[in-house]
Amino acid sequence: MRPFDYVRPAEASSAVATVAGDPGAAYIGGGTNLVDHMKLGIAAPTSLVDVRGLLSDRVEETPEGVLRVGAAVPNSDLAAHPEVRRRFPVLSQALLSGASGQLRNVATTGGNLLQRTRCVYFQNRAMPCNKREPGTGCAAVEGYGRYNAVLGTSEHCVATHPSDMAVALTALGARVRVLGPEGERTVDLPGLHRLPGDRPERDTVLEHGELITAVELPRLPLARRSAYRKVRDRASYAFALVSVAAALEVVEGTVTDVRVAFGGLAHAPWRALRAEEVLRGRAATEESFREAAEAELAGARTGPDNAFKVPLAVNTLAATLRGLTAEEARR
Amino acid sequence: MEATITLRVDGEKHELTVDTRTTLLDALRDRLGVTSPKKGCDHGQCGACTVLVEGRRVLSCLTFAVAQEEAEVTTAAGLAGEGELHPVARAFVDNDGFQCGYCTPGQVCSAVGMLREAAEGWPSHVSGDLEGPVRLDDEEIRERMSGNLCRCGAYANIVAAIREAAE
Repeated sequence: MRPFDYVRPAEASSAVATVAGDPGAAYIGGGTNLVDHMKLGIAAPTSLVDVRGLLSDRVEETPEGVLRVGAAVPNSDLAAHPEVRRRFPVLSQALLSGASGQLRNVATTGGNLLQRTRCVYFQNRAMPCNKREPGTGCAAVEGYGRYNAVLGTSEHCVATHPSDMAVALTALGARVRVLGPEGERTVDLPGLHRLPGDRPERDTVLEHGELITAVELPRLPLARRSAYRKVRDRASYAFALVSVAAALEVVEGTVTDVRVAFGGLAHAPWRALRAEEVLRGRAATEESFREAAEAELAGARTGPDNAFKVPLAVNTLAATLRGLTAEEARR
Repeated sequence: MEATITLRVDGEKHELTVDTRTTLLDALRDRLGVTSPKKGCDHGQCGACTVLVEGRRVLSCLTFAVAQEEAEVTTAAGLAGEGELHPVARAFVDNDGFQCGYCTPGQVCSAVGMLREAAEGWPSHVSGDLEGPVRLDDEEIRERMSGNLCRCGAYANIVAAIREAAE
């Protein structure tokens, strides 16, 4: 591991100034992803700026009814927060389906959004990877492809985004507050995470030095009836093959409003706008659910190892919406 | 680069100078001789290094010692009282919740942290109702302990031990 300086500034503005002014500097929050990457040699910062102590670790409601989540709120606390459980069950469920109890206790809200792909070639320095070392090629395209993306891929990268939380936040249309050297700005989800294109080394639209300070959840009554469903190779403590975050409103058998996002399919959490469009105004039936999912997956590009993701995504969305419809009917 | 830090471990205060690259796990084991947290994978995948920081279970291999300045760290060894085992450790012994024992200190710390989470009403991935009371049946225990691997496969007895300790 490369030697590094460790600093803990008292103010966010001085943390931003430090990182923005030093290409070798990196923020560290919980560190559950970054420390591992430093051990693996994937990341080699020369200076670590610890921001846990200067970012909010509280969930607060604004007068406009927006739930503001400080970037340092641990994943476990966010999942257990009473207002999140009540108003955004999809978010609690997504968080609880990710990692382990120990990791959720440390991993932060901001860091979860910025965690990097678990593509096995990205994590192995012996292999070429355009995300880790631009221009070296992509070993995953021709290699072990079970976890590869099927939507929005490029010839340069087929990695998937690993976060469950980000999939729920993308369905909910959360806003990310960012502090940079020029001041504050807001980035909407989806919109934070990029598709790989010809710059797969860039996971997000954030510039070096920009710091996530909070995530805001706008009022969304629809989300009270929402769920996260994750399919993986073992029952717990594994990344998604496919996941679905959905919120659904059904009135007299007709879908009046719906939000859908997929995980495990793309370089970014995938908001399924086409599926939502198909569903609005349609009967809440198995047939509609499948048609909507198939419309979203129509552009999928697959290889022999990950072709299963397309029917799996269709089945998973249908099952999630079926569950939400049944929940609605019981009320 | 070096830094001088204070670590509070199992009720004792230690001042030490560490290379900033030292993880909490390595500081505990190699610098302070506190060997109850074990190094398994060293990548946050096995749970053998689990300790309690401010009462919360965390992985000591995935945090730098410099980031734990002044934090209260409790290892499995520190859970024991005067001449007697912590009730969770006692339950592991009574239920044969191990074979080789290498993962056990991490399992015990994780179980202690988990029982506190459950007591606070935190739901899990397998909880049917996010807002309902927590009932620690075997399915809940297994899910909540999924971050601790046991390569001997003593899971059945680990679950029994934790079930007993929870009662």
